[in-house]
Amino acid sequence: MDGLSLNNSNSLDKNTLNPPLWLLAELTYSCPLQCPYCSNPVDIANYKNELSTEEWLEVLRDARKMGATQLGFSGGEPLVRKDLEVLIAESRKLGYYTNLITSGVGMDAKRIAAFKEAGLDHIQVSFQASDAELNNFLSGTDSFKHKLEMARQVKKQGYPMVLNFVLHRQNTDQIEDIIKLAIALEADYLELATTQYYGWANHNKEQLMPTREQIDKAEKVAHVYQEKMKNKMRIYYIVPDYFEDRPKPCMNGWGNVFLTITPDGTALPCHSARLIPNLELPNVKDHSIDWIWKDSPDFNKFRGFEWMKEPCRSCDEKEKDFGGCRCQALMLTGDAANTDPVCAKSPLHTKLVDDIKNIELNAQNNAKKGIEEKPLVFRNMRSSKSLINN
Amino acid sequence: MNKDQIPSLSQMFRFQWEEAQNSYVILYPEGMVKLSGSAGEIMKQLDGEATVASIIQNLSDLFDGADVGDDVIAFLSEAESNGWIEFKQ
Repeated sequence: MDGLSLNNSNSLDKNTLNPPLWLLAELTYSCPLQCPYCSNPVDIANYKNELSTEEWLEVLRDARKMGATQLGFSGGEPLVRKDLEVLIAESRKLGYYTNLITSGVGMDAKRIAAFKEAGLDHIQVSFQASDAELNNFLSGTDSFKHKLEMARQVKKQGYPMVLNFVLHRQNTDQIEDIIKLAIALEADYLELATTQYYGWANHNKEQLMPTREQIDKAEKVAHVYQEKMKNKMRIYYIVPDYFEDRPKPCMNGWGNVFLTITPDGTALPCHSARLIPNLELPNVKDHSIDWIWKDSPDFNKFRGFEWMKEPCRSCDEKEKDFGGCRCQALMLTGDAANTDPVCAKSPLHTKLVDDIKNIELNAQNNAKKGIEEKPLVFRNMRSSKSLINN
Repeated sequence: MNKDQIPSLSQMFRFQWEEAQNSYVILYPEGMVKLSGSAGEIMKQLDGEATVASIIQNLSDLFDGADVGDDVIAFLSEAESNGWIEFKQ
């Protein structure tokens, strides 16, 4: 979700509060793929009650009334929902720019045409790798060939197309082949997304964390092609934040731009926020979107700058990065209100750097001694149940 | 660009009025650009038939004979380099 150029004013005055410009509708946690870096929570097996079509339509209407403009249909795999065409048609009628964020599995030429008819603006197709073998291994499905066909159909039917590849240790070295594949498929945008270590990815961190050397190489290749493909294909590449010394402006600020609605109707300021303790997790079944965005304790918890501790509080860069990511601060420091330790100003930054180095050293030692790495845990309901029980 | 060319919105972008922003916007995959008042007025003139010359004339008429030629051309060439519009002919 890069490239969103929106104004960043972060006023606490409710009259000038920005509307939730970006509505992410996570329609379902069901997914035919099993990617081990999935950002969904590991306890997906606990969420069985999905919002009905009517309930989603109400969410769409209410958020649009508040000024939401960009709408992402996501999941899980949104294609699993049989009412996707109905939701797209209503969204377009309401004036949203509609984005379908999909693996392509569950789609065919006919359904792509039906989405067009309903008014869908854009399709983002995700790939796991540049070749069938790794793609199919990582996704836990024989999906590569079908993805290629779907990407070609998306372009043939006149959509702008984003291709998304999530990068990690297992596929970062393929970066040049990945870019070449995107060029061959005539993508308009290529998102080389860095694995963010939430949900399943956090569970598989030791096997997914790329090495410093991999990142340095990948960055160079990405920059060469960014220049070469100028005005033809826009390539988004961001260095994984664990390897930086300033944090990312996560979500462009808490409760500032993004509103996620999860499959069961829980409203979150970002799709990982459920892991933060003591949130009230308002649900659209009980509250209006307007109240959730403006008045709910959750959306005000880290809004603006008042909540900040040192070193963020007195930092002259706080308006640029909002202190980084709340979820990351929680996972790495135990307190979501702390400075994201990606920041070199955080007292815990050196520990993070050491931890990353240790993951790399362990991987190298294991390789040297011929010790097999701990296997990746694939994202599916069975693994979810066993993780919940442990 | 010459003044006989016809600019039109690229298929890759959408242009619309956004009440909450109180402005015209350009929409594209996962992104939005808020247009200034004058940029919005220029984009509104793109109907797939009007030439650059007639767009300049229309806007000049709309704004009491103001000399808008240079502004229109500057904006249209920027819009073209952003990929928002294409020229026919």
